[in-house]
Amino acid sequence: MRRAYEGAGAAGRRTRQSFMIRAMDSATPAPSSPAERSLPVDAIRQRSLVAALRAFLPEDAVLFREEDTRPYECDGLTLFRQLPMIVALPETEDQIRRILRLCHEHKVPVVPRGAGTGLSGSALPHHAGLLLSLAKLNRILSIDARARTATVQPGVRNLAISEAAARHRLYYAPDPSSQIACTIGGNVAENSGGVHCLKYGLTVHNVLRVRGLTSDGEPVEFGGLAPDAPGLDLLALVVGSEGMLAVVTEVTVRLVPVAQTARCIMASFADIGEAGDAVAALIADGIIPAGLEMLDQAASRLVEPFANAGYDLDAAAVLLCESDGTPEEVAEEIERMSAVLLAARATRIQVSNSEAERLRFWAGRKNAFPAAGRASPAYYCMDGTIPRRRLGEVLKAIQALEPKYRLRCPNVFHAGDGNLHPLILFDDADPDSVARAEAFGAEILELCVQMGGTVTGEHGVGVEKLDQMCSQFGRPTLDAFLAVKGAFDPAGLLNPGKVIPTLHRCAEYGRMRVHGGKIRFPELPRF
Amino acid sequence: MDQALSQLCETVRAASESRTPLLIRAGGTKDFYGNTAEGTLLDPRRVAGIVDYEPTELVVTARAGTSLSELEQLLTENGQMLAFEPPHFGANATIGGCIAAGLSGPRRVSFGPTYGGVRDFVLGARLVDGRGELLSFGGTVMKNVAGYDVSRLLAGSMGILGVIAEVSIKVLPRPISHHTLCFEMPEVAAVYKLNEWAGRPLPLSASVWYDGALYLRLAGASAAVSAARLQLGGEDFDNRQADAFWTSIREQTHPFFDGDAPLWRISVPSTAPVLSIDEPSLIEWNGSLRWLRTNRSAEQVRECARQAGGHATLFRGGDRSAGAFTPLTPPIAAIHRRLKTQFDPANIFNRGRLYPDL
Repeated sequence: MRRAYEGAGAAGRRTRQSFMIRAMDSATPAPSSPAERSLPVDAIRQRSLVAALRAFLPEDAVLFREEDTRPYECDGLTLFRQLPMIVALPETEDQIRRILRLCHEHKVPVVPRGAGTGLSGSALPHHAGLLLSLAKLNRILSIDARARTATVQPGVRNLAISEAAARHRLYYAPDPSSQIACTIGGNVAENSGGVHCLKYGLTVHNVLRVRGLTSDGEPVEFGGLAPDAPGLDLLALVVGSEGMLAVVTEVTVRLVPVAQTARCIMASFADIGEAGDAVAALIADGIIPAGLEMLDQAASRLVEPFANAGYDLDAAAVLLCESDGTPEEVAEEIERMSAVLLAARATRIQVSNSEAERLRFWAGRKNAFPAAGRASPAYYCMDGTIPRRRLGEVLKAIQALEPKYRLRCPNVFHAGDGNLHPLILFDDADPDSVARAEAFGAEILELCVQMGGTVTGEHGVGVEKLDQMCSQFGRPTLDAFLAVKGAFDPAGLLNPGKVIPTLHRCAEYGRMRVHGGKIRFPELPRF
Repeated sequence: MDQALSQLCETVRAASESRTPLLIRAGGTKDFYGNTAEGTLLDPRRVAGIVDYEPTELVVTARAGTSLSELEQLLTENGQMLAFEPPHFGANATIGGCIAAGLSGPRRVSFGPTYGGVRDFVLGARLVDGRGELLSFGGTVMKNVAGYDVSRLLAGSMGILGVIAEVSIKVLPRPISHHTLCFEMPEVAAVYKLNEWAGRPLPLSASVWYDGALYLRLAGASAAVSAARLQLGGEDFDNRQADAFWTSIREQTHPFFDGDAPLWRISVPSTAPVLSIDEPSLIEWNGSLRWLRTNRSAEQVRECARQAGGHATLFRGGDRSAGAFTPLTPPIAAIHRRLKTQFDPANIFNRGRLYPDL
């Protein structure tokens, strides 16, 4: 999937890193010789760590040559790239424990990574660190159909859990769009959502227990199979912590019964504000739809040729509104929802009459990102969340910004929970287009904060939204986040430099906003 | 910042400077819960009132000292509710105390959007930390992954990290229809059946087993409730009586809770077998919450809970010398101590209420 570009700052770092790695390539790890003293200090460090890791990991589980580490240089946010010093691919919890102890002893930063589908750069490697891939820990350990739980390793794919539970008529509810690829460990790190989370909750509502290791390799367990684990609810902190508090080695999730049936309403609106009001009207009527998604006209026109979903291309907005449950319940709810939508000035209503038709309605929404990738050389996906009542207002404001940045920005979003995904279409071969896309994105996020919302609903802060964290939170709160980080990881070695901006960075960002200058890539902290 | 709030921050700052321990207490309805803490009384009830409530946003923001009854009354008037059905344990309960205690009621283990405990519905919070600084966490939107989820951490924190000043809570529509069924069956069969039913898409909203009878509350769309009644059988319970019954479970005014025998709250996986201590018990949450009346030692009760895969809290009465809550493992206890030191460096808030060294 083409998404974005590589910035000048990142390229600069990459060149430096490449030089260092090339210097390493000529020599395999071996006892130090006089010639090596001329190598950069990081290379010596790299060599000794590789040797120490290979004492307990197979050779192909420790990567350090550029051609081997290159695939790990970024996650789903390709805007930021960085080669790690080393990539480790353990297969057991014990190996992870030994890796962490070693890194702790040598003060080497560790960046955990699942499938690398994250969209905010949470899994961006550290230049002097070890990238800890959990992809090989991919076994479903047990499914307890009676207790409705599944215990899995962190590298198990989200969808694989539901597939394995299907024969018990159970499934794992959170369904991020990347569910065929993303892993449960990554979902825990990001507190992933999906199109059904309005009714069935986010990752934090569906994970019962996380087993993990602290940054110094101590085994810890958060939550549990029995409700209300004693003490503070540390599980609430670990979910969504972007791999900064502990390394997840095992997850127990809650499974829910599969609904007997589901039907979807596709409603058209002549005005985007009216579509927003219709969402509020549904909620006001006491309905919590199983899914409630919206596409603006630009997005419908973008996806329709690609997905043939049958969207009304003349409508200013298309609303998808799903009901699930028993056939009687769904019939009752579809009738109520249709009445509310018509009263809220829907210009056209179509109810799915078969499972194939329901899936066709969803095909457009679910294919929005690939369609954007086809329509434009690159796109930049934003993730702000706003109070639902501001939907129309924010969408109109985004439309009004399009001429300012000379870029198109179709919108798809989880209307039920106010989570926007504006897709800024730009040309990654044109540095000016890139700069405009970045500034456009930043302005959208600022707008979300001003509207009482948040800069990220489900994609995480990572490195992408560090600057906007300065807008959303005051320094005391940011310091409290640092305090939480320090309580779990006193040495500060787990995924350093993510999520919490430094005081210096916020000061810089404040100045840049004042001067309206382009945001530069800050130097990552060095160890 | 208004006067009540800035005064609260000032009081905390002064206590922090003089290292005066504070006992945070509003209505005092949950004084019985947890370990005993000592300190100068800090009553946050002047920090009260609804800050924002827009029913279509499914969020209410209230100051911590807001009366829980008034808040629930407001939601009821708008056809909404706190889905976690919190116990009040007295007329003076406040929303701040409700969050700090983190206790949820019968609906905690239900099907669909109402599933979850206090922490599952906390969206944001403002907290006065041990430096007297006002911190804001989370927000008022359904989805928010900006920064660590400290607002959920406050649910059940027993006031050890700071004074909760304000909370934003996700609220939900009241179910259109509800109905309670009653079945005669022994404990083993009840736990078995509850787990079987919970694995089917039934509109289960609460369950209680006591003294040979299983009570099941269904709630949701009328069609779903009627279909489930047909499927499940059982005897119908008059709706008005049923409301009183569920309130008596939530508020612990049911006869099971009478008398002086220590009351233990045993959390276990829902499929756990009958507890090895054969004393009067009442079961909630599809089998995962088992109340026990027993004079056995804390050691015996905790061992019994451990064997069942869970943990035990001495909820009311009894000898608290072994602590009200199950002790933590060393690495988890270390994280607790560091969190406490970070949020409350002078160690002034509710000393010992959760654990002796916190």
